[in-house]
Amino acid sequence: MTDLPLVIELTILVLAAFLGFEVISKVPTMLHTPLMSGANFIHGIVIVGAIIVLGTADDTFTKAAGFIAMVLATANVVGGWFVTDRMLGMFKRRPEPKPEKSE
Amino acid sequence: MISDPDVVGLLYLVTIVCFVIALRFLSSPKHARKGNWVGGAGMLVAIGTTLLLDGIGNWALIATGGVIGTVVGIVGARNVRMTAMPQMVAIFNGVGGGAAALVALAEWHNLPGPAWDETTSIVLSALIGSISFAGSVIAFAKLQELLSGRPIVFPAQNVVNVLVLVSAAGLGIAAIAGAEAQWVLWAVVALALVFGVMFVLPIGGADMPVVISLLNAFTGLAASATGFVLDSTVLIVSGMLVGAAGTLLTLLMAKAMNRSVANVLFGAFGRVQAGAGTARSDDGRTVRATTPEDVAVQLSFSRKVIVVPGYGMAVAQAQHDVRQLADILESRGVDVRYAIHPVAGRMPGHMNVLLAEANVPYTQLAEMDEINPDFPQTDVALVIGANDVTNPAARSDPASPIYGMPILDVDKAASIVVLKRSMNPGFAGIDNELYLDPKTTMLFGDAKESILKLISAVKSS
Repeated sequence: MTDLPLVIELTILVLAAFLGFEVISKVPTMLHTPLMSGANFIHGIVIVGAIIVLGTADDTFTKAAGFIAMVLATANVVGGWFVTDRMLGMFKRRPEPKPEKSE
Repeated sequence: MISDPDVVGLLYLVTIVCFVIALRFLSSPKHARKGNWVGGAGMLVAIGTTLLLDGIGNWALIATGGVIGTVVGIVGARNVRMTAMPQMVAIFNGVGGGAAALVALAEWHNLPGPAWDETTSIVLSALIGSISFAGSVIAFAKLQELLSGRPIVFPAQNVVNVLVLVSAAGLGIAAIAGAEAQWVLWAVVALALVFGVMFVLPIGGADMPVVISLLNAFTGLAASATGFVLDSTVLIVSGMLVGAAGTLLTLLMAKAMNRSVANVLFGAFGRVQAGAGTARSDDGRTVRATTPEDVAVQLSFSRKVIVVPGYGMAVAQAQHDVRQLADILESRGVDVRYAIHPVAGRMPGHMNVLLAEANVPYTQLAEMDEINPDFPQTDVALVIGANDVTNPAARSDPASPIYGMPILDVDKAASIVVLKRSMNPGFAGIDNELYLDPKTTMLFGDAKESILKLISAVKSS
């Protein structure tokens, strides 16, 4: 990773905050639960940090911390994505011609 | 192996763009699922790029961790019931926060005496990540009913909480100022964990939508702080996007309950409410009970029916039967819609997901502001397991604890049928004047059984 100046990183942070507010304020109430699980999935990006820590670890403590972080972050990414996909698949415009029997 | 930092940066930029597109597509249920796929592709690019970075090793550990995490994630996501979605989101918040805190601890371990800006990021990542982890575990336990959903309070709670947080912050500042001992950051983490537990314990079940949104924001911010530690733009931006989403939802939920975020977090709502409501049963008005047969006739001869579902319906798992009832009524020419209050359910937008799962088309779901003007032209408002969000006292009684809270104007319908287990008050612990309205009739019993009886009565009428 390149060592970016702190001011540049802060600029990116603040602009991302504005972008986030802008984009997310357009999400309708109806989709707020998928929004939360989708956001859940996105913060799974911490997996990048877990891979870097674990991938460059050379003592036991770092390996242990990195390994647990790796497990947690992967579960976060995979679970967050699948559950969001499952939920969004349920939103339908009108009942299908042949409505499936509810269990 | 990718060693050119520009190539790495560009690949991470692809990820950022994918995430923004994913969120942008969530503005309509039509494209939302596609958006999630775009986001997934972005995540794969980020993971692939990171794995190919120079100097990455320990492949066996990475692969093992990845496989375990994947199995846990898939099994969890496939089996979770839609009613349990708040718990699921809570635990994923905690998991993400925990990962961020661990990354911070590892960085602290390996960089003795890093520059102050790096230490600041490490401290923030550890602090926020740990609060999010512990808070989410407690929120999960409350939602899963491993712990009482009622507020758990003890004397001087807020004072103790502030002391814990101030000590954690103090130690963090010491670390930033140059205290290099390993235990300093561990102490920050320990205190942050205690604070996370203590700040969620006093929050009652009805306030969970606010807490989950807030913890979501925390986890995002923790990931963002980790980005500063690792000089990773993709972490900074993605974390902040989540931070913005969580913050926005927190404010929306608090607004829908007409309370400030501070009041939700430090007010111990349930305790304030106890005994605050006034029972008005002494003015001669009484509650009128009705039978499924009467309601069936009423519904069959209506032109417009609005169903007002509450969490009680979800608890009884009655949403599929409600949809069936609505289908039968629709086939007889009755116009049926669903009125969704912003805090119906246990997390933002929860009720919409529960009804979508029951195959209710989203075009029939109406938000509060959209449907409130329609109640005066509605023949029957069918309230199923909803209580406080229909209480007219929120409009008319300044003494009521929920005064000012935006509600569904159910009382303006020509007639109101309330399906309710018993006359117990709702989560806020106050009486609902709607039940004493002469236009209101009550159908007592389990929501699912009542709906099933209604279905057979409508069929035979």
